[in-house]
Amino acid sequence: MSNSANGAALPGAGGLGSIFDARQQVSEAVSAGLKRRYARERRFRLYGMLATLFAVVVLGILLFTIIRTGLPAFTQTMIKLSVTLYPQEIDPKGDRDPQTLSSADYQRLVRDALDDYFPDVTSRNDRRELFAMISPGATYVIRSMVMADPSLIGKRIEIEVPLKDDIDQFAKGKIDREADQANRRVSDKQIGWYQRLVDRDLIVSRFNTTLFTAGDSRSPELAGIWGAVVGSFWTMTLTLLMSFPLAVGAAVYLEEFAPKNRWTDVIEVNINNLAAVPSIVFGLLGLAVFIGFFGVPRSSPMVGALVLTLMTLPIIIIASRAALKSVPPSIREAALGVGASKMQATLHHVLPLAMPGMLTGTILGMAHALGETAPLLMIGMVAFIVDIPSGPLNSATVMPVQIYLWSDAPERAFIERASAAIMVLLGFLTVMNLLAVALRKRFEKRW
Amino acid sequence: MIAMQATTGRATDAAASPVPAFMTRDVCVFYGQKQALTNVSLDIHRNQVTSLIGPSGCGKSTYLRCLNRMNDIIDGCRVTGSILLDGQDIYAGSMDVVHLRARVGMVFQKPNPFPKSIFENVAYGPRIHGIAKDKTELEAIVHNSLEKAGLLAEVKDRMDQPGTGLSGGQQQRLCIARAIAVQPEVILMDEPCSALDPIATARIEELIDELREHFAIVIVTHSMQQAARVSQRTGFFHLGILVETGDTEQIFTNPRDKRTQDYITGRFG
Ligand SMILES: Nc1ncnc2c1ncn2[C@@H]1O[C@H](COP(=O)(O)OP(=O)(O)OP(=O)(O)O)[C@@H](O)[C@H]1O
Ligand SMILES: [Mg+2]
Repeated sequence: MSNSANGAALPGAGGLGSIFDARQQVSEAVSAGLKRRYARERRFRLYGMLATLFAVVVLGILLFTIIRTGLPAFTQTMIKLSVTLYPQEIDPKGDRDPQTLSSADYQRLVRDALDDYFPDVTSRNDRRELFAMISPGATYVIRSMVMADPSLIGKRIEIEVPLKDDIDQFAKGKIDREADQANRRVSDKQIGWYQRLVDRDLIVSRFNTTLFTAGDSRSPELAGIWGAVVGSFWTMTLTLLMSFPLAVGAAVYLEEFAPKNRWTDVIEVNINNLAAVPSIVFGLLGLAVFIGFFGVPRSSPMVGALVLTLMTLPIIIIASRAALKSVPPSIREAALGVGASKMQATLHHVLPLAMPGMLTGTILGMAHALGETAPLLMIGMVAFIVDIPSGPLNSATVMPVQIYLWSDAPERAFIERASAAIMVLLGFLTVMNLLAVALRKRFEKRW
Repeated sequence: MIAMQATTGRATDAAASPVPAFMTRDVCVFYGQKQALTNVSLDIHRNQVTSLIGPSGCGKSTYLRCLNRMNDIIDGCRVTGSILLDGQDIYAGSMDVVHLRARVGMVFQKPNPFPKSIFENVAYGPRIHGIAKDKTELEAIVHNSLEKAGLLAEVKDRMDQPGTGLSGGQQQRLCIARAIAVQPEVILMDEPCSALDPIATARIEELIDELREHFAIVIVTHSMQQAARVSQRTGFFHLGILVETGDTEQIFTNPRDKRTQDYITGRFG
């Protein structure tokens, strides 16, 4: 305090004394401010930590709920059946004609097998309830076994077939046994029968391979994500094949070759706008132009990829231009200076240096596209499709749309599968991002 | 002083070579509306080192970049006047800029090796011009150029390591090797020693003196001593004008213009 009083008198004072006073004053001011500066710094760090913590916690909760809901979908409750393949039922003529084998009434065999377990269930209604516990998929299992090996006919086979989704949910403890019968999807009788099956060791829980090998189905226990995965694969491949070369070409042209004038400014503004357009608009455009005008098959990965290409193009262009901009001009000058043409300088030197950035942008764009749902709803990729698409022109759906469809379904088992599908999708995204990192590392090492 | 005497002594002989490599007349350069050079007329002779000196921002780099049309890549840059290389107007439509840059090499102020191997750095020019017939010939060219640039001994065991991993002075010599690998007629150097220590600088000056046997060299420098040591002719730029040009000895001992005198005696700039 007394020093600052001295300081006020400073201009009037002269000689060494005043310089000393001034120094003293500066150091006082610095140390006084120092405390405040450190406090501010601590507060700033705390805010940052809180923000990070918040993000991590929210993400953790999200992941936790998804995993908790989705994990049970990876197992499926099965029933062991002992089915007798009566020749008179399957192949009355005995000529092993595939046509006959394929259209035989296998459901009857399944029912016979169940009747063997429950000889006491005789009334029509009870039997219907009993049979409803087994998935319609059981008949497909038997049929495909018989078709693959007709010599089985006449024998007795031991198989495991999936239980209907409601019973499966009950087995997983998702249905409240105490609730009023009218309010749950499993009846008291079914619970009793299920219990008897458990007591006789006829119920097993198996890894749900169907989830990874089947397409969509009306029955949750028969539904799988493979159809959507293949659809996503085709869509993503085509999107990448179309958007990457186009975007890199456009970015290189705009950044390296185009004159900087009003036209390129207009183009730049438009590209930036395009990146901000709601994705559903691209879906509408795709519907009108690609399907309506060019006649690309509806619901096909091809039309999906065209729409997603439009959507990812601006993202990749912007990232690529930023990557090109970050290449030091001295590299261009060096190449031009030894007599490289503009194109050689770009291809040999600028592009390889910009590639890591471009790839990052591309993978970000692709990850965006992989998770995109809205525009695909507009072009029919939301249709119920059982078959696994065998090419880019077949009808298909993609993973996020499948997730959307399942989360909307009334059956609990579908909700569970939706979460499982989300986990798989997140897995894919993680792999993609790791790939991006690995690729970038490789590129960087080469330089 | 003795060293200067020796080099300038040789300069007078070399100045006798009749046809200049570059003949520039009334060169004006505009960056947009702004005029950076006004009516510069200067000759660059073979087997000589021509140094360009002058205060910062006077247009030395701009002039240098006219000689291999490096200004082309700057938006809004316009060059007028005539610049003849062997009697050919380099700004004429018939002049191919790629060919021109193969004939007129450039070493930049900041070392800018490609982020590739040392070998690739030097081999790049000959490769794109198709100078070498096969791999052995290419290797010979790379060897030769590194040898001439005085870098071979230091790098011959690590030719496949990145050129960016060399020291600043080594990088600059690598850039010189890269420039001479395409056998240009003229080498332009923009402050090649500005980032170097005295030893590396001396090494490069020696090199410039050796290169003079094969090439015409133009060097921009802020060091009066350097200009005096390495060059035979000197041009003094001031505010976009070529104030004075002549034999180095004459410029440094007996400048005709007041501004030149002030500059070399350190009174401004
Ligand atoms: N790309 C450019 N755009 C606009 N003006 C420029 C550009 N490059 C140079 N100039 C201007 O032209 C003038 C000459 O610049 P130049 O780089 O030739 O100077 P210099 O003599 O090389 O200076 P230094 O010794 O600092 O390198 C300067 O006034 C500069 O501001
Ligand atoms: Mg300069």
